[in-house]
Amino acid sequence: MGYDEVQALKLSLKVALWAVAIGLPLALAVATLLARCDFPGKIIIDALLHMPLVVPPVVTGYLLLLWLGRNGVIGAWLDDTFGIVFAFRWTGAVIAAAVMSFPLMVRPIRLAIEAIDPRLEEAARTLGASPLSIYATITVPLALPGLIVAAILGFAKSLGEFGATITFVGNIPDETRTLANAIYTFMQTVDGDAAAMRLVLVAIAISFAALIAVELLARRAQARTHGL
Amino acid sequence: MNIEVDVGKRLGGFDLQARFTGHDGITALFGPSGSGKTSIINMIAGLLRPDSGRIVVGERVLFDAAGGIDVPARGRRVGYVFQDARLFPHLSVHQNLAYGWRRTPETERFIGFDLVVDLLALAPLLERRPGKLSGGEKQRVALGRALLASPRVLLMDEPLASLDLERKVEILPYIERLRDQFRLPIIYVSHAIEEVVRLAGTLVLLSKGRVAATGSVEELMGRLDLSPIAGRHETGAVVAARVGRQLEDHALTELEFDGGTLLVPRVDLPAGHSLRVQIRARDVAVATRRPEAISMRNILAGRIEAINLRGPDAVGTGAHAELRIMIGRTALIARITRQTIDELSLSPGMEVYALIKSIAMDRQSLGLPAGPHEFAE
Repeated sequence: MGYDEVQALKLSLKVALWAVAIGLPLALAVATLLARCDFPGKIIIDALLHMPLVVPPVVTGYLLLLWLGRNGVIGAWLDDTFGIVFAFRWTGAVIAAAVMSFPLMVRPIRLAIEAIDPRLEEAARTLGASPLSIYATITVPLALPGLIVAAILGFAKSLGEFGATITFVGNIPDETRTLANAIYTFMQTVDGDAAAMRLVLVAIAISFAALIAVELLARRAQARTHGL
Repeated sequence: MNIEVDVGKRLGGFDLQARFTGHDGITALFGPSGSGKTSIINMIAGLLRPDSGRIVVGERVLFDAAGGIDVPARGRRVGYVFQDARLFPHLSVHQNLAYGWRRTPETERFIGFDLVVDLLALAPLLERRPGKLSGGEKQRVALGRALLASPRVLLMDEPLASLDLERKVEILPYIERLRDQFRLPIIYVSHAIEEVVRLAGTLVLLSKGRVAATGSVEELMGRLDLSPIAGRHETGAVVAARVGRQLEDHALTELEFDGGTLLVPRVDLPAGHSLRVQIRARDVAVATRRPEAISMRNILAGRIEAINLRGPDAVGTGAHAELRIMIGRTALIARITRQTIDELSLSPGMEVYALIKSIAMDRQSLGLPAGPHEFAE
């Protein structure tokens, strides 16, 4: 693989890892809220959350640019106050990937939390545990299979994110040219077919490995939460 | 320490009103399913909020509707052994046991980790996970986990109900040990009379959300009016007795009670050891003269105190009636046909003989009462 291809792969891995690192704790919080709390407007939150899955990614990217771009409402403020800029930076690619993969991360965690027997938490209460302590020692560990699935699905989705990324942060070599962007670029380039094909194979291999890993890890975690 | 419970709660169309006091030792909440037993202990534990009333353990008010006191479950220091154990599946046995123990301030702990492990024979299980335990082992761990939180009162919700007979027999001695070694009120929910007879000192009979009667096990089980509540197959007086002579040649043991002697299949306990025997009403026959040349070994002279012609059926259209027969100061209940009563002209005050087959008093109907004792299993 050439220098450009390796750079694109490394950048994609970095972006995907950060997207999961930032998205997973948030997904856990939102999943807990949706699984355990009833509040007015829950259905609206639920629908909004799934929007990135159903609207064209270019729409998500466009909205991100609109809000988080240098002239966007939030983006301008961040730039003025903290000097933080997301547009056309790799950090912006992280934001795009995190937003796009967020619903995929919330879903399995939510299902895992909903599957926890609330009577176990009752037992913990009678043993003197506070709500926070119960969450940390019972709820989250028992939701571990869901967290693992969420992390790997989020990682795989982030790795392949294209539409929102290219709309929000463009396709700048060494900064925002992720795997998917690079494949797109090579396809537009004369003699780029071989490089594109190599990256396509890499993308397929990583995605496939991720899905196998999800299955294996989830099985192990499942056995653990069943007390085996 | 005492526990005073006086609670009211509406649950859908079901109205629960219960008031009783539990002392050190085991207080059994006994009644058919749907009588409100589990709801009551959930209210004691703080898992269900009563609409009205008070719950006091020792000097400490856990709940007082009028005073606006409602201590949250985690601050009640109530040990709860659930029917389904509810061990934390992702934690080892050791971690399960330590869960409440770690959260108990050192000054509040009255029991050591190693003591509980010894008492319940948990050492070989410590590194295992709950999924690899048998039903009986799970309940032992659940007992240990509740105990290690140094509770002021222990609640047990049918802890043996999900176990087969063999496992029940395995767990019972451990519950007896808890009862005898700690000055701790234990509220024990059950619908199995043999567990109550074996374990409990005080009995709270529940029926349709009301306390039908409270008192000692012997007193309540000897009452005719409570037999429909206790269940028709369970009816039978409970007699407090003491181990007397061993008749080694015939593998029999004499049990002395206030009023006479019972002959039962051998009981491997030392002379003088006290225990309870339940004599089921359907196993007692009645004769107006002392029978001779008869296989029944227990022929007890007594006097009919009361006759309930309605028998075990609340409506009273069945074939059977029940008699309360006093043997000295001990009451027996006999269930016989109404026809017999007419033919023998049985009436209160009459001198009769109660006949009981020795074999009717099997291991299951023999209970061991509260008080320190050795095990001869």
